[in-house]
Amino acid sequence: MKRAVPLAITFLTGFFLVVSFFIPHEPFGELEQRLLIWFAIVSGFTMLLGVDNLVRAHVRRVTRRPAGWGHSVALIVGLVVTVVLGVIGFVRYGSPFHIQSPFMFLYTYSIIPLQATMFALLAFFIASASYRAFRARNTVATLLLVSAVIVMLGRVPIGSASSHVFPAAQEWIMNYPQLAAKRGIQIGAALGAVSMSLRILLGIERSYLS
Amino acid sequence: MAKSGDTKSFWERMESIDRRVIFLILLVVVAIPLVISVGVEIPPTAPVIEAHEAVESLEAGDVLMVSIDFDATSAPELIPMLESVLRQAFEKDVKVVMLGHIAIGLPLGHVALEEAAAELGKIYGVDYVDLGYRPGYVAVMIAMGREISDVFATDYQGTRLADMEITRDLHSYEDVDLLFGFEHGAVIDYWVRYVQARFGQRMTFGTTAVMAPDAYPYLQAGQIEGLVGGLKGAAEYETLIGVPGMATRGMPAQEWAHLLVIGFIALGNMGFFFTRRKRRRSAAEAGQA
Amino acid sequence: MGSLGTIIGTWLAGFLTLAILSFLYKDNPFYKLAEHIYVGVSAGYWLIYVAFFDVKPMLWDTFVTETGAEKWIILIPGALGIIMLSRWFPKSAWLSRWPIAFTVGVGAGLGITANIQGYVMPQVAATILPVTGMNLVSLNNLVLMVGVVTTMLYFYFSKPQRGVLSWTAKIGIVFIMVSFGASFGYTLMARISLLIGRLYFILADLLHVIG
Repeated sequence: MKRAVPLAITFLTGFFLVVSFFIPHEPFGELEQRLLIWFAIVSGFTMLLGVDNLVRAHVRRVTRRPAGWGHSVALIVGLVVTVVLGVIGFVRYGSPFHIQSPFMFLYTYSIIPLQATMFALLAFFIASASYRAFRARNTVATLLLVSAVIVMLGRVPIGSASSHVFPAAQEWIMNYPQLAAKRGIQIGAALGAVSMSLRILLGIERSYLS
Repeated sequence: MAKSGDTKSFWERMESIDRRVIFLILLVVVAIPLVISVGVEIPPTAPVIEAHEAVESLEAGDVLMVSIDFDATSAPELIPMLESVLRQAFEKDVKVVMLGHIAIGLPLGHVALEEAAAELGKIYGVDYVDLGYRPGYVAVMIAMGREISDVFATDYQGTRLADMEITRDLHSYEDVDLLFGFEHGAVIDYWVRYVQARFGQRMTFGTTAVMAPDAYPYLQAGQIEGLVGGLKGAAEYETLIGVPGMATRGMPAQEWAHLLVIGFIALGNMGFFFTRRKRRRSAAEAGQA
Repeated sequence: MGSLGTIIGTWLAGFLTLAILSFLYKDNPFYKLAEHIYVGVSAGYWLIYVAFFDVKPMLWDTFVTETGAEKWIILIPGALGIIMLSRWFPKSAWLSRWPIAFTVGVGAGLGITANIQGYVMPQVAATILPVTGMNLVSLNNLVLMVGVVTTMLYFYFSKPQRGVLSWTAKIGIVFIMVSFGASFGYTLMARISLLIGRLYFILADLLHVIG
């Protein structure tokens, strides 16, 4: 029951979807549609697991009160306020996502700035890394460096204003050597994904059951 | 010897410079061009022209499906593109059907949609609609190929698709004339591999600069019709529709930041070569001794 | 929201933006506070999304509006979803393997055909290009073909990379490095764009320095 049933479920659903790809007629097409909708519904529940782990960890911190436990209070308050505003938005406007909803206010003035600024920090770190770590240590590293510089110059107006060489070189790099390497890597990755999928369906790869 | 040592110690000092100095320089270099607005010419490149032409090929009454597959982490790059595409579509009386696969970014698209619609006098449910989000990525995409209302029975605020003029006859990709995805992650791969390949859906994309190189193989293979990459691509699109916006405004800052980083790379490498030469010389002297 | 709401919201957003940026100086309590609020609010956001874009429209509404067998069939994915939550209870945690097995099976089944039909076949076809003599188009086509093949061979580890394989791998690494360099340039571009977006918010919306 603990291993055989899940292995059978994986094989049957996966195998059925492969078959229905080639035979999209009834009853395969309709059954496939049903499985896809079920998948969408079930995948929503996986998010609850993540949120649960997070809440448990921080409730534990609040009850045990180690250094910095106040931050966990902020996290839990943030979560509760968001959910409450979402419910208020639903009751008052018919949807939390209505443009007038307080949930959208919270989204606009807290989630957007927090998320955007968190990632904007990366601009500083990438600039610092360029100064400290981007070295022409050998031939291949030099190639990487030269390619990066050409692309950086070719993608801004000053590069095209000063000379047509940079935009043209940038375009050539993107359309040929860059594209070739990306394609080579991605074909390998796609074939790898196919072989991994087959291993999963045939029950050879079982790590997802652990 | 002493003189040489002094020169080398300068580069050594430069190598160990406090990173906050670098941060501050970058901050100033990006901020100044934003304050002192400078006009720049941004000639469109082929992938952006092709994306623009794909939308331009639509006729009044055609359906453009817009997929919001990004969040606030990519908004400065993708929102200007989205605004330009929505404006272009609405001006051509093309109907816009919005949905998304990155839940946390969907309201960004919704706000842009409402603003563009208000500006161009479009009516919700007739000229445009926001279907919202459903979890499941590829499952949702493939299921839409058979019947859209099987997954999106209602729009984002619970109105049934059958009750709205724009969605009454919207059943599958056969009723969608073009898909324009705004992407900051792997969802572009899902659209191409699971929808374009299987249903032959016409599609074009606006992506973050990070994602753009990965999309070039799709463009060359003809799987997608056009590609708008990063803030530069967004600025090119603004040039094409003749309405300069946030992307065009941000380009001078982008330009100066690039030059600064190239300067940092050059300076870092000079330090690297000078200190390496010193280390080698010291090692040789130690060997002779 | 009225203008007062906008003002309060803008200052809230301004505080949170500056709190995160303060990390650039050093880690500090303001950054930590903003970071934890971010995680908490995002988690709350996900809960609302699951409730209003998954459970309500796909499960609840279907159950309420459908009649006959459909009404009960929709309980199957609902049950699978609830079984997924059995991980909360150690004794019954093994049950959660069933819905996980289902999602893995769907992902694998769809992935097999999509990767072949949607990537491998069209990409290989797009790589087989004409080389018709000594001209620029042919040269570029050759570069593309050699690049794809040598990159793939670079990652071929089933045999030791000696002889011909060693040379192809050496050519492959040239393409890979040029590609990584281009990706670095584009990544830098993206990060700077984000900074521009945030600085624009501070200078225009918060400080009104620019219009």
